[in-house]
Amino acid sequence: MEDSLIIRGIEFRSRLWVGTGKYKDFAETKRAIEASGADVVTVAVRRTNITDRKTENLLDYLDPRQYKILPNTAGCYTVEDALRYSRLAREAGVSDLIKLEVIGDEKTLFPDTIGLLQATEILAKEGFIVLPYTNDDPVMAKRLVDAGAAAVMPLAAPIGSGLGIRNPYNMKIILEQATVPIIVDAGVGTASDVAVAMELGCDAVLLNTAIAGAKDPIAMAEAMKYGVLAGRLAYKAGRIPKKLYATASSPVDGML
Amino acid sequence: MRLTINGEVMDTIRAATVQELLNELKIVPARVAVEVNLKVVRKAEYETYRLSDGDTVEIVNFVGGG
Repeated sequence: MEDSLIIRGIEFRSRLWVGTGKYKDFAETKRAIEASGADVVTVAVRRTNITDRKTENLLDYLDPRQYKILPNTAGCYTVEDALRYSRLAREAGVSDLIKLEVIGDEKTLFPDTIGLLQATEILAKEGFIVLPYTNDDPVMAKRLVDAGAAAVMPLAAPIGSGLGIRNPYNMKIILEQATVPIIVDAGVGTASDVAVAMELGCDAVLLNTAIAGAKDPIAMAEAMKYGVLAGRLAYKAGRIPKKLYATASSPVDGML
Repeated sequence: MRLTINGEVMDTIRAATVQELLNELKIVPARVAVEVNLKVVRKAEYETYRLSDGDTVEIVNFVGGG
């Protein structure tokens, strides 16, 4: 049963996207990603260790021919920095994909949506496939699409918070008006949170801490895989409406 | 030649081009991106891009991130 997600002609087989941060080591990263079934992984751009060349490289463990590498601009607080990291990421990598973050606040890591909008517009014009990390704000989602975003990635809750979707109603509005894929990015805590996102109709979920920070990351990665699948199937199946009162499941006819 | 590479001042660089610098530092070019004085140097230009005394060079790669 093929149910691929396509963004600007790129086919994603998995609707679970995973980060590669916060793992114990690269071996655990690799095992967790394999267990998750994800075919897209996010990475950050940082200085190469120029003095100790024995340090291992993440890409020794995650073959870019097997996984779609999605670089982020995590840690960037200005448009200028986000552009700089994006351009370096494109040169270091193999594609035009960029998970664009312009952070506005250290404590919440909420996006600076004004900067995000500016950076999205500039990078889209430079040919990047821009996937902006943004608030669960339906108006901003629209503005980002107008600026050239290839998909919109609203947060469920603050990065690493594990709170799940805090505003499902906003998410529904974002989905209703969406003309590009909507990928929930950040804030989910466990498999049911992921299922809720998918049941709402989100196209994919991107997460990191919920797996990497679990007591058993490999088992949680597998749970997330099924959470996405269950949620997606339920969304496509079409759930029953919620009602206040009961409706009997067993027939009244034939009773004594 | 004196270069500032990833924030460190290095006085004894012999490399004349970006490619030679990566060789000197034993860095595989495929997995990095290089910026000289805030401008990204394309991989195709590594052989020809000449470094000058006092240049600020950044060499980055991918690390784990969310």
